[in-house]
Amino acid sequence: MKKDKNNGGLQVYNQYLRRKRLALIIVAVITLAAALYSIGVGSIQISLLDIFKVLGGGGEKMYRTAIMNIRLPRAVTAILVGAALAAAGAVMQCVLRNPLASASSLGVSQGAAFGAALGIVVFGGGVVNSANATTAITINNPYIVTLCAFVFGMISTVVVVGISQFKKNIGPSGLILAGTALSSLFSGASTILQYFADDTKLGAIVFWTFGNLGSTNWRELLILFAVFLLSGIYFMFNRWNYNAMESGADTAKSLGVNTRSVMLVSMGICSLLAAVAVSFVGIISFVGLVAPHIMRRFVGNDYRYLIPGSAIAGAVLLVLADLVSRTVMAPVILPIGALTSFLGAPMFLFLLFKGVKHNG
Amino acid sequence: MVEIKNISYAYSSAAGKVLDRVSFSMNKSECLAILGNNGAGKSTLLKCIDRIHPTKDASVTVDGKDIFTMSNREMAQQVAFVPQNTTAVNMTVFDTVLLGRKPYIKWDVTEEDRQIAMDIIRRMDLEKYVLRNVSELSGGEAQKVMLARALAQQPKLLLLDEPTSNLDPRNQHEVMHTVRKIAQENNICVITILHDLNLAIRYCDRFLFLKDAGVYACGGLEVMTPENIEAVYEMHVHLETYMDIPVIIPFPDIKPTMEGK
Repeated sequence: MKKDKNNGGLQVYNQYLRRKRLALIIVAVITLAAALYSIGVGSIQISLLDIFKVLGGGGEKMYRTAIMNIRLPRAVTAILVGAALAAAGAVMQCVLRNPLASASSLGVSQGAAFGAALGIVVFGGGVVNSANATTAITINNPYIVTLCAFVFGMISTVVVVGISQFKKNIGPSGLILAGTALSSLFSGASTILQYFADDTKLGAIVFWTFGNLGSTNWRELLILFAVFLLSGIYFMFNRWNYNAMESGADTAKSLGVNTRSVMLVSMGICSLLAAVAVSFVGIISFVGLVAPHIMRRFVGNDYRYLIPGSAIAGAVLLVLADLVSRTVMAPVILPIGALTSFLGAPMFLFLLFKGVKHNG
Repeated sequence: MVEIKNISYAYSSAAGKVLDRVSFSMNKSECLAILGNNGAGKSTLLKCIDRIHPTKDASVTVDGKDIFTMSNREMAQQVAFVPQNTTAVNMTVFDTVLLGRKPYIKWDVTEEDRQIAMDIIRRMDLEKYVLRNVSELSGGEAQKVMLARALAQQPKLLLLDEPTSNLDPRNQHEVMHTVRKIAQENNICVITILHDLNLAIRYCDRFLFLKDAGVYACGGLEVMTPENIEAVYEMHVHLETYMDIPVIIPFPDIKPTMEGK
């Protein structure tokens, strides 16, 4: 009797976990459906059947070229970048105990964008082809561009983490102000770079500040995927640490969590992830901030589900935003960064008005 | 058996020592109350014992093992800590208690971890709240959830920072009763900070008065004298006995320094 009662409580809990998993699966299915739809939409419409034929290794040659060279890389870029930025946002919000944290609101993205531009312009990491708007930049050496992006993304991270450590009473909004200051600094630096750059390189830098999902090739996607996979494993390995840190630093420490090293390593990895994403597609704001907050509503603050959930939500947001950017004024493709800002700014203001409260 | 030796701590070198070579020991399944004025260093002492504040030259031995030489994870299997005014987390009761298994988790919680959490929830009579958010519970219930989380760690030493603050009298007694019962059933040593002297007398075996960064007095009921209390709290008290239990009645208004004002 006692045993039954006990297992009854566990059963209720297991059902509750199943509901969370179901929520994740539903969003994942929506993401895949949106991605497939988005592959079909464009100057030539491709039916679902033809998409499957091509993905299966067959299909018409014209469709094959369009899908394998343009549409599919674009969809995969949207999924990977959205997932990377959102997962990094969720983890940053946890370790900094700041609901407004994300790569773009802390100035990490802007720093990385400046670094990437510097890598292309000064260190010759890429060739600019301004004649063709959709493939304006070809990165010859993705490693040097990524490295530069990471270094400058890290500068923002180090400053933000330093402020949060040494001026503990700064509060969530104060930290975001610091991030805004860093963003301005790096935007200014990019402007100076633009001022001294020649015409073709100027195009490259301007392009970077918009965000563009259409210029990534398979090799870059592989790099992004590898970094995302390794970061994801690290994040998931620490999901119980993040859950403990939600209860406050003292409680986390008493549960055996080395809060300081978890925070520092997590911030470093988030910056790397954001920097790699930014170095291939430019600045995409707000996805990293908004996606985790949407998922918090569905799966709560349990990082076992919030990290994968945020990644999936980020993917679907960016796929949908890309779809809108390509269809709303077709054949003109609106800059994706501008679109996500339209989406994210109201949400950001909503969070501010609701009050900067953690666990909110 | 818990032995605490030589705990000294200063928040900054300019501010001076909050604790100066504090040492004491206690026996298995005993409950020790730390008593003293605000700012006497009670919370600091608990945080030093749990290594949240790092100390030099100090040692804490639990069952003959020096826990300060252990890794954070190993130590968390020996010592559990419930801080004061734990921020109401937006997490279910079950997940919060399950978090107590953190020091044992390798990649993920096991069936055994879930079973242990469930057993404790049942024993603390929290079963009806399994899926409720801790932030939605009343103060007394939330405090019990925090206790349950600490017990899920299966510690040998349990540190409580004012477990009864923000609780009504009934809940104060209920929580302290639970603490005491669990300590005895599981052979856990409990060190708890309390402000209510009568609550301490009712539920604790040993009493430690902190004053001027050091131990003023430490022992059983024999240290609960009006003289000690007056010296530590700087106020007059009266000691009565009601049904064989000593009762402290404070008279703060007639404390010597207030005379003539």
